[in-house]
Amino acid sequence: MSEETKEYAYFLGCITPNRYPGIEATTKKIFKGFGIETKEMVGASCCPAPGVFGSFDMYTWLPVAARNLAIAEEMGLEIYVTCNGCYGSLQEADHLLKEHPKVKERVNEVLSKFGREYKGTTKVNHSIVILHDVIGLDRLKERITKPLKDINVAVHYGCHFLKPREVRGHGSSETPYILEDLVKVTGAKEVDYKDKLMCCGAGGGNRTADTPQSLEWMRQKIVNAIEAGADCMVHPCAFCHLQLDRGQAELEKGYGVFFNFPILFATQLIGLAMGLSIKEMGLDIQTTTMPEKLAK
Amino acid sequence: MGTLYEEIVAYGGEVFGEEHMETLLQCVQCGKCTGGCPSGRNTALRTRKLFRMAQEDMREEIFNAPELWFCTTCFTCYERCPKGVKTTDVIRIIRNLAAKEGHMSVPHRMIGVYVLKTGHAVPIGPDQMKIRESLGLDSQPPTTQKYKEQLEQVQDIFRTTQFDAMIDFDWDKMDLRGKEGGEKK
Repeated sequence: MSEETKEYAYFLGCITPNRYPGIEATTKKIFKGFGIETKEMVGASCCPAPGVFGSFDMYTWLPVAARNLAIAEEMGLEIYVTCNGCYGSLQEADHLLKEHPKVKERVNEVLSKFGREYKGTTKVNHSIVILHDVIGLDRLKERITKPLKDINVAVHYGCHFLKPREVRGHGSSETPYILEDLVKVTGAKEVDYKDKLMCCGAGGGNRTADTPQSLEWMRQKIVNAIEAGADCMVHPCAFCHLQLDRGQAELEKGYGVFFNFPILFATQLIGLAMGLSIKEMGLDIQTTTMPEKLAK
Repeated sequence: MGTLYEEIVAYGGEVFGEEHMETLLQCVQCGKCTGGCPSGRNTALRTRKLFRMAQEDMREEIFNAPELWFCTTCFTCYERCPKGVKTTDVIRIIRNLAAKEGHMSVPHRMIGVYVLKTGHAVPIGPDQMKIRESLGLDSQPPTTQKYKEQLEQVQDIFRTTQFDAMIDFDWDKMDLRGKEGGEKK
């Protein structure tokens, strides 16, 4: 990964800016602190949701994704994302359009109607890879002013960050390391738990198809983390955040059980260890609240 | 019309490559997909059964199976399949073919409505704009929901690919033509 890349186009997607803007504010702030400038992608849309639109109609999903990629190409910048859905869509679309010229031609015919073209000149990066590989663990460590001592963290990867490996390129999907490394940098302890790599239950239209059933997966995930002694869960995906955080409010409404198990996006956990406040990271306006030992 | 398998290869082939779709025939019913499927614990989804049904050309049965939509596309089976079946991609293509024939629930079609209206599956509202401001962000992100001419490009894509017709979208109402009667899966 190039050290000199200092400007990125931030592909916001839907859930980050429209439901959990604290993720957006925190990520921009931390990146800026390390000299990484964020440029806005004017006119970007939904990625569109890979499991949903990819399930409905590949030939609609692809041109909408390609249009988003084209916006970054026009800016001459690589992209970063804060949602595995956006990562899933944009990175996979980029991969498929590069691999299959015939579908690229078909997609560009659709985009040509309004004067855009997918060329294949940008790259889709996940924000946690920028933290891990571009900023780097050593530089992150230097800025940790409030190490998260005695905090046990359950890591949740979501699905489309790691899988399919042949597209994502982050090594084994069964023994990942990036989030574990980031947790370690904060001074917290990463705890293993039952079915750590299990999906949050939201993707592929499942949350929409059958919400109670989808919440049941999420409930299992939270219970497993709590039973392993975790104080919070950290993840790299705005859509998982919605399911894991707001889902806890839905569980309370539907079943009268409120776990209030804190959910944090990766940059928010790092932000805590860097001394950013709960308020500036938007962690005071979500369903789950931060306990005193995390928020001090 | 050929077999379902032939349709899967033809329809998915252009996007994924035909050889990718042809892996469907490699399924030997070992069940590793089903054993590791997080959905299968909670739902009737039996991935290997779906593949057997596809191999056996059980077109109507598979298109009408509610569990076809309980896969979260987590790719666990895709990674683990010892025969290299491109499971999740095959499932997404089967869903595409089912959706083309109207097998699409109203809540799923509503996601399409949000994107047609705003460019976003999850649009912003006034409360979230205030929250953004309190965090020092612009009240509205510079996306399709803010810029009409940008949204029109996305709407243009949906018209070109006839996704609007697929979900039975009414451009005058900017909503589904009817919310009753649609399949509830």
